[in-house]
Amino acid sequence: MAHDVDPLEHERASWKPSSGLAVEVSDPAVNPGLPPHRERITDKDPAAMQRAVRTVYTLFYLSVAASIWAVVAYMVFPLDGTLAAVHNNSMFVGLGIAFALLAIGIGAIHWSKAVMSDKEYIEPRHATRGRDSTREGAIAVFEAANEESGFGRRAMIRNSLIAAVVASVIPGITLFRGLAPEGEDPVELLEHTMWKKGMRLALDPTGRPIKASEVTLGSAFHVIPEELAKLSHHEGYLEEKAKAIVLLMRLPQEDLIEAEDRKSWSYDGIVAYSKVCTHVGCPVALYEQLTHHLLCPCHQSQFDVADGAKVIFGPAARPLPQLPITVDDEGYLVAQSDFTEPVGPSFWERH
Amino acid sequence: MSTATATSAPEQKKDAPLGGRFVGAAANYIDERTSISGLVKELGRKIFPDHWSFMLGEIALWSFVVVLLSGTFLTFFFQASMVETHYDGSYPLMRGVAMSAALDSTLNISFDLRGGLLVRQIHHWAALVFVAGIGVHMLRVFFTGAFRKPRELNWVIGFVLFVLAMGEGFTGYSLPDDLLSGNGLRIIDGMIKGIPLIGTWTSFLLFGGEFPGDAIVGRLYTLHILLLPAILVALLALHLVLMIINKHTQFAGPARTNSNVVGYPMLPVYASKMGGFFFLTFGVIVLIASLFTINPIWNYGPYDPSPVSAGTQPDWYIGFADGALRLVPPGWEFVWLDRTWSFNIIVPLVVLVLFILLVAIYPFIEAWITGDKREHHIAQRPRNAATRTAIGVAGVIFYATLWAAASSDLIATHFMLSMEGVIHFLQFTLILGPIIGYFVAKRIAIALQKKDREVVLHGYESGRIVRLPGGEYIEVHQPVDQYDRWKLIDAETYEPYVPRPNAKGNIPWHRNLRAAISRWFFEDRLTPLTQAEIAAADAHQHHSLDHMDEEEAAEIAGADQRAAEDGRPVNAVGEKASAEWPSPKALNEANETDEGDAPRA
Repeated sequence: MAHDVDPLEHERASWKPSSGLAVEVSDPAVNPGLPPHRERITDKDPAAMQRAVRTVYTLFYLSVAASIWAVVAYMVFPLDGTLAAVHNNSMFVGLGIAFALLAIGIGAIHWSKAVMSDKEYIEPRHATRGRDSTREGAIAVFEAANEESGFGRRAMIRNSLIAAVVASVIPGITLFRGLAPEGEDPVELLEHTMWKKGMRLALDPTGRPIKASEVTLGSAFHVIPEELAKLSHHEGYLEEKAKAIVLLMRLPQEDLIEAEDRKSWSYDGIVAYSKVCTHVGCPVALYEQLTHHLLCPCHQSQFDVADGAKVIFGPAARPLPQLPITVDDEGYLVAQSDFTEPVGPSFWERH
Repeated sequence: MSTATATSAPEQKKDAPLGGRFVGAAANYIDERTSISGLVKELGRKIFPDHWSFMLGEIALWSFVVVLLSGTFLTFFFQASMVETHYDGSYPLMRGVAMSAALDSTLNISFDLRGGLLVRQIHHWAALVFVAGIGVHMLRVFFTGAFRKPRELNWVIGFVLFVLAMGEGFTGYSLPDDLLSGNGLRIIDGMIKGIPLIGTWTSFLLFGGEFPGDAIVGRLYTLHILLLPAILVALLALHLVLMIINKHTQFAGPARTNSNVVGYPMLPVYASKMGGFFFLTFGVIVLIASLFTINPIWNYGPYDPSPVSAGTQPDWYIGFADGALRLVPPGWEFVWLDRTWSFNIIVPLVVLVLFILLVAIYPFIEAWITGDKREHHIAQRPRNAATRTAIGVAGVIFYATLWAAASSDLIATHFMLSMEGVIHFLQFTLILGPIIGYFVAKRIAIALQKKDREVVLHGYESGRIVRLPGGEYIEVHQPVDQYDRWKLIDAETYEPYVPRPNAKGNIPWHRNLRAAISRWFFEDRLTPLTQAEIAAADAHQHHSLDHMDEEEAAEIAGADQRAAEDGRPVNAVGEKASAEWPSPKALNEANETDEGDAPRA
């Protein structure tokens, strides 16, 4: 530690001041310097030091005991499928490990603070930048390399190399087209659901068809297409379900405000709306019977079922798409067609 | 580093090398092949400054180690597959339910692997602590100006680490393929689809077809355990190396200057403290994990697009993004040029990106405003950089409002408020809160600076009330110990940038702008104290305290005299005063000899 050398000297030498910089105080307050070392109890009193040492090694031995306890708990608290057993196993093994670790930590820190020397040292800092001589050396390296390779001089070689390296990345990016299956168009897929003319409305998730007579005034049903329940996961159950879920509600006829062209879309006060929020796609699962409002639990968009499921609050912008329904010969509710617009969150190509 | 250095301390062969012949021979073996002795000599006694707030970054570091350890264990049992299976493990309520292999294996880890649930919970809690640790560490660095030259790049690296940590958190949250995580992915899918031009195809490629598909868990798993951790570990190493190269900042204190480091050496004190702190962090996380359940996926069941429960919450660090979505007013979506413009998605995304981008480049903005090109190694007290502190407070309020918005429904139900009222309140707070917070914080910071100055020049309020001979009561101000006082003196000062005309005699608009911002930034600064002012105040204070002691002694003498005349018992003149209340001179002497530490003997 050479105190006579100013470690920031070489930085100051190359430092170009400009206006607006920090200013020097002409008569700065004087730093009082390091205070005299204050002895701790453990420095003054050998008995206190002895106690501190004993505390540290007692903690370390306690840690050993806690580790052993964790292994014992691993054996004496087996799992039997009940939540209680899982709870006990987790808790008792965990407490053992936790205390083993905490005892090491507390012991080590007590050792550092009470037993180890607490003398403070002063170390000089050096400016981060290299000394001018070092920088000149670095520049000389690049100059030599440039001279010997002609990187700066032979522009054609350099530019063609840059072009080649950039181009060589593109095939790698192209390969990622394979992330999604080929021959499918997401826009096309998003515009249709599995609902078809005559497809029965069925209960989610059992797939039991619903009769119009079952839908009592004020009730709400979670609905899927009858055929969906027969699909398995690898046949696209979740993907179809994510688009096809519907909420079915029966409102008093006089409460229902229907557009002229949609009067035929409901049946005897029964209306069916897509359950997929038009904001970012959460299921709009909460129905408030008194107000006929649907609430999305994710971002609190609210839709008025009585008035075409239009947005009355929250970040969603579009009403929930309506599924045109009617009844078949046996009195079961069926779809008149697919939804007439894409369901779910908006996307760029939607119009 | 501590383990590497511990094994190779001795380098000189003696008759009995340090640590015995075996350690000596081993150290020699290693050094002859690695020349590690140079590293030990260079770094082994490196000085680190001490302050409790410097541990915040360590919390992040050590909880990341816990995340790595617990996560590695989980990879041995977790299956990142969305293949359909029927649960047949030992948890009765889920038996026979169709679910993905991912959820099935997560349930098996929880119910059929001893200690499995514990490790899952350690992993989840440690991840939460990790992001929180980074957050508070960033706040510490921001509010103390520790991002200033030469540490701007390390701030940016730390910022990238924060983003990566959130990415790690979200990808990990989505892996079990339970109802909650599936809904989280559904929201991400909806957000991506709302991005103009690329949204639909980005979502299609990410999910490998239509949402939810059967690819996303496997893909997120690769990101979660390979790609993101690799980048994270590399940047973390760079972050620490730069910290060693730049050396840690220190708070102002006696003997501490901009060109030194005062503190304890790496070996043994810091290695022991840091090592101990690792075990403390680990221990606390395990303690929380053994006592408090987090993410009980067995209650949620497998992902299904139809059901959802009210009051669902993302992990805390994603809350601000979710809240931003909730605060958008209805109807922000248009069809234009035959394309859908989902401003209810675009606006929150742009606002969030701008916000975190401002955080990332703040060091460069401040450097441009101040024009300060010096290295700074003294961490500022937040009050001494009032405008920065006020900007930080505004940012914190902005973030906190978005964060609170993610719980708007829970706030409404818990406090019996209307959902609409909470949202409208938060919408106003998002705009007005940061503005109000800015001014309040700036005024408080300046008031605290003035208070510090008051204490430096006139001492602290001692609580000792003295009645003067005229009957007037005053509270005696005692001088502060000179070493403590130094911490209150802000030695730095600035002047706003002054634009100068260029060669043509014009001042370009951007220089005028910079000057205006600079004036705003340094508005209401206090001129720094000079040594002459401090000395004068000291002299005045000693004088008045001495004077007060004389007055007091005279008063007591007078009282005693009157008592003696009346024939009442008398205390020895002056004895009581000096015994109970040492004079300031005696106090200073006591300070210098480190004996008395309180004015009351």
